[in-house]
Amino acid sequence: MKEKLVLIGNGMAGMRAIEELLDIAPEMYDITVFGAEPYGNYNRILLSPVLAGEKTIDDIMLNDEQWYADNGIALHKGKKVSTVDRRNRKVVAEDGTTEEYDRLLLATGSNPFIIPVPGHDLPGVISFRDIYDVDVMLESSKKHKHAVVIGGGLLGLEAANGLMLQGMHVTVVHLGDTLMERQMDAVSGGMLKKSLEERGLNFLMNASTEAIIGEDRVKGVRFKDGLEIAADLVVMAVGIRPNMALAESVGLHCERGVVVNDTMQTYDPKIYAVGECVQHRGETYGLVAPLFEQAKVCANHLAKMGIARYEGSVTSTKLKVTGIDLFSAGDFIGDDTTEDIVMQDAGRGVYKKVVLKDNKIQGAVMYGDTVDGAWYFQLMRDATDVSDFRTALMLGQAHLGDSGHGGNTAAANMSDDMEVCGCNGVCKGDIVTAITTKGLFTLDDVRSHTKASNSCGSCTGLVEQILASTLGGDYSAAPHSKPMCKCTDYPHDDVRKAIKERHLISIRAVMDSMQWKTVDGCASCRPALNYYVMATWPAEAKDDAQSRFINERAHANIQKDGTYSVVPRMWGGLTSPKELRAIADVVDKFDVPELKVTGGQRIDLFGIKKEDLPAVWADLNAAGMVSGHAYGKSLRTVKTCVGKTWCRFGTQDSTSIGVELERLSWGSWMPHKFKMAVSGCPRNCAEATIKDYGVVCVDSGYELHVGGNGGITVRVTDLLCKVETEEEVYEYSKAFMQLYREEAHYLERTAPWIERVGLSHIKQYVEEDADNRKALAARFDESQKYAQIDPWAERASEGVAEHEFTSLKQIG
Amino acid sequence: MSDWIEVGTIDDIPVLGARVVSTADGNIGVFRTADDEIFALRDECPHQKGPLSQGIVHGNQVTCPLHNWNIELDGGEAVAPDEGCTASYPVKIEDGKIFLSLVAAG
Repeated sequence: MKEKLVLIGNGMAGMRAIEELLDIAPEMYDITVFGAEPYGNYNRILLSPVLAGEKTIDDIMLNDEQWYADNGIALHKGKKVSTVDRRNRKVVAEDGTTEEYDRLLLATGSNPFIIPVPGHDLPGVISFRDIYDVDVMLESSKKHKHAVVIGGGLLGLEAANGLMLQGMHVTVVHLGDTLMERQMDAVSGGMLKKSLEERGLNFLMNASTEAIIGEDRVKGVRFKDGLEIAADLVVMAVGIRPNMALAESVGLHCERGVVVNDTMQTYDPKIYAVGECVQHRGETYGLVAPLFEQAKVCANHLAKMGIARYEGSVTSTKLKVTGIDLFSAGDFIGDDTTEDIVMQDAGRGVYKKVVLKDNKIQGAVMYGDTVDGAWYFQLMRDATDVSDFRTALMLGQAHLGDSGHGGNTAAANMSDDMEVCGCNGVCKGDIVTAITTKGLFTLDDVRSHTKASNSCGSCTGLVEQILASTLGGDYSAAPHSKPMCKCTDYPHDDVRKAIKERHLISIRAVMDSMQWKTVDGCASCRPALNYYVMATWPAEAKDDAQSRFINERAHANIQKDGTYSVVPRMWGGLTSPKELRAIADVVDKFDVPELKVTGGQRIDLFGIKKEDLPAVWADLNAAGMVSGHAYGKSLRTVKTCVGKTWCRFGTQDSTSIGVELERLSWGSWMPHKFKMAVSGCPRNCAEATIKDYGVVCVDSGYELHVGGNGGITVRVTDLLCKVETEEEVYEYSKAFMQLYREEAHYLERTAPWIERVGLSHIKQYVEEDADNRKALAARFDESQKYAQIDPWAERASEGVAEHEFTSLKQIG
Repeated sequence: MSDWIEVGTIDDIPVLGARVVSTADGNIGVFRTADDEIFALRDECPHQKGPLSQGIVHGNQVTCPLHNWNIELDGGEAVAPDEGCTASYPVKIEDGKIFLSLVAAG
């Protein structure tokens, strides 16, 4: 006999909890849902686009009635619950319908606040909350001319914009002197007002409503200063209040909302609550992102897993008015203890303000150019110390200026047919359609449905912007510390910590110790875990070939036609007639269709059949060449210039230093690929300042640069320090690589890693503390003892992994 | 159908791995799961024909090495939201030996 779960409130938060529950424990409960509205569950966030005529009600249904039937859920729609008998665990609806429960979930949402002025109950006075309200507004717009929206907040402006687009003459009445004052400061609020006025909205600021006039229908609105304006429709959008009437009436502890703990449990242990009706740690929430976080935690406890905790949310806001780009988060007003950095360009209609306290972002407000909103929000939630890049903070992360999306940086101004994702050919319209028709809320959702930002990721910021502008403030930004993948709730850092503290030396041990949710992980976590155990316990952990991406398993790069490419190592970019002859012979012998010089100063042989790989390697090995690891999350190349041996400007022997760096580091597995370069003088012909570790020789010694990247996101290195001897160049390189190997998340390049942890952190470990540097370098050397074995030679002549390169059987 | 073809033993395939059976009509990937179930699929992802046999096997799925589509080993359907299906072939095990039928099941 299954236990019974009853949900009161068929809205987004409650149903999200049910969906999360079905995902992790589909068979645990018999589920019954009560909903007061006569519909399935719809996407309330998208009521604004429905009003604006951009969507229909059908477009925004999340779960239709068939869905409830398919999932074996009993839906009592249009039935309002009148009471809960907590002693006998029964829910009773107004029509007498009674359901018993073992667990009850309250998700009664919120009610719009109606100002109790005379006339507030006249026909034609409504709120903006549900499908009924939208129907009334759409109906009114056909018959009537004048609309008044009371409340210049997020919801009020969206309602006003929609009514204007339906052809009505709209006046927005606002009590304060700044629109959206909970999300905007005076400057940005003023810019917003000007822009909305240009579109045709009218505003009455500092206007206090005294009465709504009319007899059998609304005729106008009168203000305290005596002014009267005509109105055939009045929309009250002055705020929402948690709907806790039912909870209060049955004696559950309520304050401003139904009070819950970190597991979303009310004061009655059988009763949980999520959504807008909830008060958690003194806060109530009205945006979808926090409600979904609550739903996830609640589902975890309903499923009796009991490990998740909801610890509150930091929210950000966007306005869902097409073409208006604004963003705010946190405390953007500031006080005596904070500092403001402001950038304003009236000509471009751009305003940005970031509020700092002790060099950490407390809040931000932006208008006109919100491209860096997600970045500021991330820095704020991570409490990142911004002193290392404070001078460049207002210029933004510039990650949207990179390759692959035609230089588009502001999603709001893009037309539907403009390409967002240059890898997968996804246009803005495709993304918006997917978000609205499929009910997507997160970047991951959009990635899996549209493939946008799913390959190189350079358009991630742009996709987040589209998500935010389509869903308004309600999109779910990536959580503060994200689980590694769907197989676990633990983020990377927790997993790495456990591997070290609990001495876990295999993938299986990690999965068992940390209660992995899947039997044997997925293609995302297995390679990460394999790296983590190998990097933490180099002498003990055994490489698991089946958890390696094919390139690392086959020690060559898979190509689109299923053939492979082979890159032998050329130390520091040096080669010899013997090596070149051997390569030429391999090309002839194996009919290699294409030969290419790579950007890393070596030669790539394309189009080799997998079964030929060991023989190709045998021939290359015979000429003294080894694997170039061009396929690995590992040391790739060390690019060099010719240096003082030949160059009249050279100050040091950059080629020899490059060769030595490659000799000491080859074979090392890393969180991601790792590239180095050595330039013989500040002309920097080896482009050392866009490498993970770059050395620029100067007359007095060597500049060491770290964290550069020349790929998707071009990032110039940070200067780590200057050293005087070659030995120091090597020791610092080992220490830096080892710190990266020990701390970075799998698939995180040095550039984002440094931006995450801060250059000061790297300096502290690698430069300032000599003992620590030496210890890191020693651990690197220790690890290299097990890593510097040429994988090609093992496979070409020692029969390692033979099954990888031969077919099981040939038929016909 | 009596045209079962012996292609090798279970132990010829690594756990959570795959081997290729090459035929005149193209390659077939033969997969082994953690609990020694064996599945056979045409070695082409429904997306862009990536060789599924080269992917990472987890649970009863394989992830294509080219663009990370997940394919159900049992039946060859792409895991939602991706859509597509690759042909699967009947397999039977007798005394640790794997027999394959080349008549595609679907």
